[in-house]
Amino acid sequence: MIRNPKDLQRYTAPERANHWVVGICFILLALSGLAFFHPAFFPLAQLFGGGTWARILHPYVGVIMALSFVRMFFRFRELNRMTPADREWLSRVGEMVDGNDHNMPVQGKYNGGQKLLFWALVVCMALLVISGIVTWRAWLNLPVVVVRFGAVIHAATAAVMIGLIMVHIYAAIWVKGTIRAMWYGTVTRGWARQHHRAWYRQMTGKS
Amino acid sequence: MALQSLDIARRSATTTDSPSVRQTTEVAKLIDVTTCIGCKACQAACMEWNDIRDEVGSNSGIYDNPRDLSAESWTVMRYAEVEEAGKLEWLIRKDGCMHCAEPGCLKACPAPGAIVQYANGIVDFHEENCIGCGYCITGCPFNVPRISKKDNKAYKCTLCSDRVAVGQEPACIKACPTGALQFGSKQQMKDYAEERIVDLKERGFKDAGLYDPQGVGGTHVMYVLHHADRPQLYNNLPENPSISPMVALWKGVAKPLATLALAGIAFSSLFHYVIKGPNEVSKELEDELEEEDAS
Repeated sequence: MIRNPKDLQRYTAPERANHWVVGICFILLALSGLAFFHPAFFPLAQLFGGGTWARILHPYVGVIMALSFVRMFFRFRELNRMTPADREWLSRVGEMVDGNDHNMPVQGKYNGGQKLLFWALVVCMALLVISGIVTWRAWLNLPVVVVRFGAVIHAATAAVMIGLIMVHIYAAIWVKGTIRAMWYGTVTRGWARQHHRAWYRQMTGKS
Repeated sequence: MALQSLDIARRSATTTDSPSVRQTTEVAKLIDVTTCIGCKACQAACMEWNDIRDEVGSNSGIYDNPRDLSAESWTVMRYAEVEEAGKLEWLIRKDGCMHCAEPGCLKACPAPGAIVQYANGIVDFHEENCIGCGYCITGCPFNVPRISKKDNKAYKCTLCSDRVAVGQEPACIKACPTGALQFGSKQQMKDYAEERIVDLKERGFKDAGLYDPQGVGGTHVMYVLHHADRPQLYNNLPENPSISPMVALWKGVAKPLATLALAGIAFSSLFHYVIKGPNEVSKELEDELEEEDAS
């Protein structure tokens, strides 16, 4: 594909790399975690060399994800501050889902849905890291009451996070021209103007 | 320790039925705390039969030795000095797996077939299927399973399932010199306990009774206690043990529901795409941009 020199840079290479590290870790964690979540998913442990390997690797991948996520949090925190325009967007998200986005409020680099997802993921990650550490028996042996509580939080939060990421991935598939932003960093001007008008103005100086 | 697969009644992380055409008698071990002299013959017999040797520990100033259950010590005597009605009572309890009818370890275990319950009631770990996650410890209401530092597998009393399978009594029972340890069908053990309790009551232990906690569906290791009203006197034997509500929530109905919810998101996404179509950049907008470029 020949890229148009007029395409807009949405993500720098370090931002993309950071996102991919987090994304790959997430996929590995979700697959190995689901293996322990319900017997129906236990065969997924074979992807990691069996149940014991899945049990050994899962928390270390978690550490890599946690560190990369912290880096990503500081990269994108400022851009994800909620504004009244975002709340307005969220209140009318039904129109968007219905496939009619022409009358949606003008959005900056991120829309209200993306920002809400960002903060939901921050909460999920915090809960997963804390509950993951307390249940990490290879290193810790905490009181059983704490471990039980941690196990419930970990499983519940993980289920919520898998759901959120499914929505995240689907949104990227549904809105054509989005995924390339995470592959090589650019989007077309048309994409930016349609979905993130305020950001388009900021980048091009045009309306 | 494998036994005939025909006799497996329940299997960890398995959602379909286990082979159940053959019925076997429910067995039980009865520990009569009131006739135990604390000689530790049962501990020694356990080590010998199962051929496990714990590391030699250090004396901590009390009789408990080893100090706690471990991957190599599947039963330990726990000694409690209690003052009752101005008299010292030395309450000695042989601790180990209680072989619950509703085992919390089995409920919590994520590895298929790592924990089984035989039709005779014995709960056994199949270490070759164990992945070392320690969920059994999280699930156990009695704090019994231990993960080995050597191989990261979980271990506990097997109730000598290998001996019982061939019609023998567990090694600890065979070694007990006072008859404090008895083994037989669960009903026989209950009947025997009944006689002991009558005797104890006649001798002034008005609260003597059988410990067969119903919160875990009853156990296949039961105690005769002089103070059945206060089991916690015996080194914190839980008064009304049950699988923690946390574990029930964690391993119960929440997971199938969450699985359905995730499948729901996946299918809704697919059908949203199929019904509404992709969200593409409008042609009108692209033409506008082209015009701008041209001018």
